[in-house]
Amino acid sequence: MTQKQIEIILMRQLASYLALPIFIVDPQGNLIFFNEPAEALLGRTFDEAGEMPMSEWSTIFEQSDEHGNPLLPDELPLVKALKTRRPAYRALRIMGLDGVPRRLEVTAYPLEGQGGRLLGAAALFWMLDHE
Amino acid sequence: MKITLWGTRGSLPSPGPETVRYGGNTSCVEVRSNDGTLLVLDAGTGIRRLGNVIEPDIVRIDILLTHLHMDHIQGFGFFGPLFRPGLDVHVYGPPSTTHDLRTRLTKYLSPPLFPVRLRDLPARLSLHDVPMEPFSVNGLRIEASLISHPGPTVGYRISDRSGTLAYMPDHEPALGVEKFPLPADWTSGTALAAGADLLIHDSQYTLWEYADHVGWGHSAIEHAVAFAAVAKVKRLLTFHHDPGHSDEMVDRMEQAVRTQPLPFELITGREDATFKIG
Repeated sequence: MTQKQIEIILMRQLASYLALPIFIVDPQGNLIFFNEPAEALLGRTFDEAGEMPMSEWSTIFEQSDEHGNPLLPDELPLVKALKTRRPAYRALRIMGLDGVPRRLEVTAYPLEGQGGRLLGAAALFWMLDHE
Repeated sequence: MKITLWGTRGSLPSPGPETVRYGGNTSCVEVRSNDGTLLVLDAGTGIRRLGNVIEPDIVRIDILLTHLHMDHIQGFGFFGPLFRPGLDVHVYGPPSTTHDLRTRLTKYLSPPLFPVRLRDLPARLSLHDVPMEPFSVNGLRIEASLISHPGPTVGYRISDRSGTLAYMPDHEPALGVEKFPLPADWTSGTALAAGADLLIHDSQYTLWEYADHVGWGHSAIEHAVAFAAVAKVKRLLTFHHDPGHSDEMVDRMEQAVRTQPLPFELITGREDATFKIG
């Protein structure tokens, strides 16, 4: 019987109560959860989207910088946080799965447990279009 | 494996006529393998009576602490074998992110809270930050994993050829879950409990009581039952009874969850009860 690490389970439970859009990935970068506020931003519910490998979520939203230049997966804050195990931040644009373009700020941070165990990473999104 | 319950109460020792059947001592469980290996799960006040019956020629005892809340360590200094010169006693427990087990444990086991320092005990004491990888004590395979409870807390899965015991005396897998349980992979503790022959699990509250204690780190008996079903265990033993619950109340809680058919045997944890696995 497989089970997520307790820190990840608690992170999902916290995220499910917060009004901030949150993304959670596992140590391999697989998207394992996003909360309801993130559903509105990404244009699809988590139940519809399901878990997603990094190769898919890092391109499916057509991420670009503030000037519209495409971003490589390694330039995304969540991928950076996971690979460097340091917090990362940037503003970017995405194309929601509902076909709506959105401007965002993303703050990502690694999730590290006791004994230096890398558990994954989480990202918080802030919608600039609402400001 | 033979399992004996020396303390089944949660939070606070609760001796008295109203708790005489299920017992008032706090968490302590003896695990004996078929080759005589002795594990002690938690050092609540029940460990004092266990210490009185440990054979004089035993050479090694391993104590596995789930966490360092007082009801799980209060009996430690009263465990008689610690005062036997030359006896090897290994203690495992979770470190915090900044302090090792020794530093954390000596906060209680030193003056002014306790008169004897760990280093002054006659037994040969070895303290171990519990590994997050499986390890063995003689023929017993032990797995520890962090579970949902305030502060660093682990549950244990102990296996030998005869079967598997899972021990989670303080566990709140329902924390933050709107409709408990979620699937097994999103439920705290399921990997430790999966298919266990015997699961000893926190069942402190009724559902009504739980509503006022969300986040305190414990389960309603209904949560324990749902968790045991998700983990597909063979027997569920309810444990960590609330100090305010009389024997009659514990009986009523058991009856309340027996109104539905259960996919496992349900046993209410009672001090001095013994169980065989295998």
